[in-house]
Amino acid sequence: MKRVYMDNGATTPTAPEVLEVMKPYFTDVFGNASSFHSFGREARNAITEARDSVAKLIGADDSREIVFTSGGTEADNYAIKGVAEALEKKGKHIITSSIEHHAVLHTCQYLEKKKGFEVTYLPVDEDGMVNPADVKDAIKEDTILITIMMANNEVGTIQPIVKIGEIAKEAGVTFHTDAVQAVGSIPVDVNQLNVDLLSLSGHKFNAPKGIGALYIRKGTKVAKYLHGGAQERNRRATTENVPGIVGLGKACEIALNAMDEKSAKLIALRDRLISGIEEQVDYVKLNGHRTERLPGNVNFSIRYIEGESILMKLDLEGIAASSGSACTSGSLDPSHVLLAMGLTHEVAHGSLRLTLGNYNTEEDVDRILDVLPKVVTDLRAMSPIYNG
Amino acid sequence: MYSDKVMEHFQNPRNVGEIPDANGVGTVGNAKCGDIMKMFIKVEDNIITDVKFKTFGCGAAIATSSMATELAVGKTVEEALELTNKAVAEALDGLPPAKMHCSNLAADALKKAINNYLGIETDDSDEVHHHHHEHDEF
Repeated sequence: MKRVYMDNGATTPTAPEVLEVMKPYFTDVFGNASSFHSFGREARNAITEARDSVAKLIGADDSREIVFTSGGTEADNYAIKGVAEALEKKGKHIITSSIEHHAVLHTCQYLEKKKGFEVTYLPVDEDGMVNPADVKDAIKEDTILITIMMANNEVGTIQPIVKIGEIAKEAGVTFHTDAVQAVGSIPVDVNQLNVDLLSLSGHKFNAPKGIGALYIRKGTKVAKYLHGGAQERNRRATTENVPGIVGLGKACEIALNAMDEKSAKLIALRDRLISGIEEQVDYVKLNGHRTERLPGNVNFSIRYIEGESILMKLDLEGIAASSGSACTSGSLDPSHVLLAMGLTHEVAHGSLRLTLGNYNTEEDVDRILDVLPKVVTDLRAMSPIYNG
Repeated sequence: MYSDKVMEHFQNPRNVGEIPDANGVGTVGNAKCGDIMKMFIKVEDNIITDVKFKTFGCGAAIATSSMATELAVGKTVEEALELTNKAVAEALDGLPPAKMHCSNLAADALKKAINNYLGIETDDSDEVHHHHHEHDEF
């Protein structure tokens, strides 16, 4: 049975051409980038080159504004805790949204519970969109940070970051965006967006796991994150993950060159999948904005059935997807994102997320459209709340 | 994460459906929690001759429903009342710890159906099933 991987929002495979450029850095070019000798220089040069590629992809003026991290979660933690620590004498109010990734949400909750910060969690509309006017209204004298994600990982809604960035700039408040789902998928330009900090993660766009970056605009006050050596211009100690960094650089280079082509391909597959599901399965609701949406994201609530059992049935058919049901979220409540969008618990438990990536094909989409209606029919036949 | 027996019952659930002339019907859980189980029983001469179920829920909810119906058929009413959620889970070679609490309600549904047959009113406050929401601590 040919398996279909449609969980690219969770992670993507490392691209073969990315792996290829990484390989020498495990063996032949193994130097510590902090070393004086030629081995060290080789590693240092590779890092410099990769840093330039990352800067170029997100439109940073200066590659020194890029700090490599272990991934998106670390970048989010670094940005939020770093700004909080650097500016706590100025104020202790943070504005975020109710649909952030847990890397942002739990970091804000930590500051709230343990460090005496006040956090405003902005609501979203039924499409999962933050209203920029709400951001403006929430700004107070002591607001030191606004952190709003660029695109939501569950429902794919792309946030009005340009407008929020303008508001933050005008108010003189530091602005961070978690762009983990956006970078490599849609055009991202830190100057156009007016962001001071931006998190990105390699494994979401065909670089390996364990590598990411935080963009820190020149002049932005952020407390040092890891203490130790002087790596990353004395901001994040630890011997650099050279193979990972090289891989991230290559993935950024590929993403920049192939952005339009990849995006057009994914949007076509996405829309084929969305309209196919809407035509073939009744009582479904597309979650997230229909057009202001990540090219690879499809998220449906399928009424009268529960998410984990959908995933199990699909998995038995070799199809990999995800869900916002409680069983799959690892807690007793379904997805906080779907609840924030106003879905009832019942409907949120029945969500199915299919996220397309570089390697998905029309055949993959057709396979889903062949299997899913049967899965839904089977589970609904068992459901006490379905009277079809 | 699930045992082979759970997977087998999930893929081939026994006794799915409704009994139109059931002597007893019981429903437990609610959609908010993500699990609803409805059991139908047919009792003749104090013996449970038929059990059917309908379940909204995860893999564990479906598998435990299926297993509970298998365990109940042929038992006397008294014997069937002895059946526990724990025994159902054991018959499936266990459930993941997170599921023991939240999706393992089939014996409760059966008990409710039997009580319905016996004319004993049970309201929701009698339900053994309560969700304890545990929030992350920092």
